[in-house]
Amino acid sequence: MKISPQEVERLAKLAWLKLDPEEVKRYSQELSSILDYVETLNQLDTSQVSPTYHVVPQKSHLRKDEIGRSLSQEEFLSMVPAHEEGAVKVPKIIDIE
Amino acid sequence: MEPFHLTIFESQALLKKKSLSAKELTESVLKRIEATQPKLNTFITLCEESALCCAKEVDEKRARGEALSPLAGIPISLKDIFLTRGMKTTCSSRILSDFIPPYDATVVDRLKKNDVVLVGKANMDEFAMGSSNENSYFGPVKNPWDLERTPGGSSGGSAVSVSAGQCLGSFGTDTGGSVRLPAALCSVVGLKPTYGRISRYGVIAFASSLDQVGPLGKTVQDVALLLEAVAGYDSFDSTSHPIPVPSYQTALKKDLKGLTMGIPDEYFREGIDPEVLKAVHTAIDQLQKLGAKRVKISLPHSSYAIPVYYLICTAEASSNLARYDGVQYGFRATASTLAEMYLKTRGEGFGREVKRRIMLGTFVLSSGYYDAYYKKASQVRTLIQKDFTEAFKQCDVIVTPASPTTAFKLGEKTENPLEMYLTDIFTTSVNLAGLPALVLPCGFDQKQLPIGLQLIGPHFKEERLFQMGHAYESATDWHTRKPSL
Repeated sequence: MKISPQEVERLAKLAWLKLDPEEVKRYSQELSSILDYVETLNQLDTSQVSPTYHVVPQKSHLRKDEIGRSLSQEEFLSMVPAHEEGAVKVPKIIDIE
Repeated sequence: MEPFHLTIFESQALLKKKSLSAKELTESVLKRIEATQPKLNTFITLCEESALCCAKEVDEKRARGEALSPLAGIPISLKDIFLTRGMKTTCSSRILSDFIPPYDATVVDRLKKNDVVLVGKANMDEFAMGSSNENSYFGPVKNPWDLERTPGGSSGGSAVSVSAGQCLGSFGTDTGGSVRLPAALCSVVGLKPTYGRISRYGVIAFASSLDQVGPLGKTVQDVALLLEAVAGYDSFDSTSHPIPVPSYQTALKKDLKGLTMGIPDEYFREGIDPEVLKAVHTAIDQLQKLGAKRVKISLPHSSYAIPVYYLICTAEASSNLARYDGVQYGFRATASTLAEMYLKTRGEGFGREVKRRIMLGTFVLSSGYYDAYYKKASQVRTLIQKDFTEAFKQCDVIVTPASPTTAFKLGEKTENPLEMYLTDIFTTSVNLAGLPALVLPCGFDQKQLPIGLQLIGPHFKEERLFQMGHAYESATDWHTRKPSL
């Protein structure tokens, strides 16, 4: 499967990654060769095989709906790159002019 | 002998007798780190002061006659993927290079309750993606047996810290072999427990259906002690399993009579370094002499494990790593709009291999390709899992090499991602099936580079692996060899 530079650019947009032209070229080659390699899976007929998503069978157990430990606003904001008046600050989303 | 050379078990006895203090042991380890860190680049963050403080507290508790855990006062390192409250946790990525978590991972919390002395956060491949520890924002880790070679990845720092005497034990994570490969290439013992055996709360996620925390140590016995301290159900991780944690130390006392080893043909074919093959065959003969029976088995879908693994792990990674957007924590690039901030933060914050995997994962999950790649891989995963189920009807433990070669040179495979991915050829299927597997030293090649043996068990049968591993270790002395540094 060939992944063209245009396809790489489309994927980068979906994944929110800004790539430089050199990276686009390299990923186009590398992803193509990796996808060629995984083609070997098509040697197997899996039409009657169900997919595995959970490897160890177990019931899902939910904890009781009780208030447990959580972070204070101060603790949370200690990690935030930019904040103001207790809120997370980001660049403008809507341009009003 | 310098205290840093001791095993956990040996130091425990000396600490109990008070012929060694936790402070002396910690000081010895810290001195060793100071002398060897510049050569090996094992640690990203060190915490000498808090380590000494913690060691002193243990000594005081002991002087007061308090009941203490077998791990009390034992210096250990943690892969920099475990969240440590108030202490930098980078995952070897620029995007988390200044991140200070506000809470502890469950593993960290349990270790603290055992009065373990944390000495530092170990270097690793960025977001645990790599087999050579070269994908680190903080530079590669060097193999203590040959400084020009890789220690293996992604828990390279963890394995090296144990091998070089910079701590007595460590915890890493294993998604496709990331504990076992570095254990094999550095001559230490490493365990990938059953999926769900150890809580992953506060462990930075890579591929959630595969990731599992794993201990590394100098002996099987030490690894069993480390597992016992952290294993078990955690209400903060819905994938952690409620099955009770047995006393692993009891399992060590059993001999191998009545146990059957399965030897899978597919793991002993061409492409493997002949010296590795020879060492593993010799180890199997030795296990037989110790009382284990051997049978030939077949795992016919083994060759599909790498393609299945790289489709599933990248798909899961692309979704797990969507959270790094520069908004709430971590690195944020300067930009004038929010969209540009996302693009630049992620483009500049992630390294080459991480971006490659996010791109591949985005592709295999994208509309039109999902069935052909992600679903197909998940179906073949079922076949790989069935191979093991069938095999375990004939045997109790599967014995294989841990890695097709000994440590390769730094830079040797960095330009060829596919070749690098094949390094994990003997380890990934274990994660795909959620099984436990133990890697332990079983020899050296002519260049004096370590060779590792892998023992694979059925779900939640870690005891059996410890039993066999300990019996082998008691009859050999590979694990006692130390690199000259």
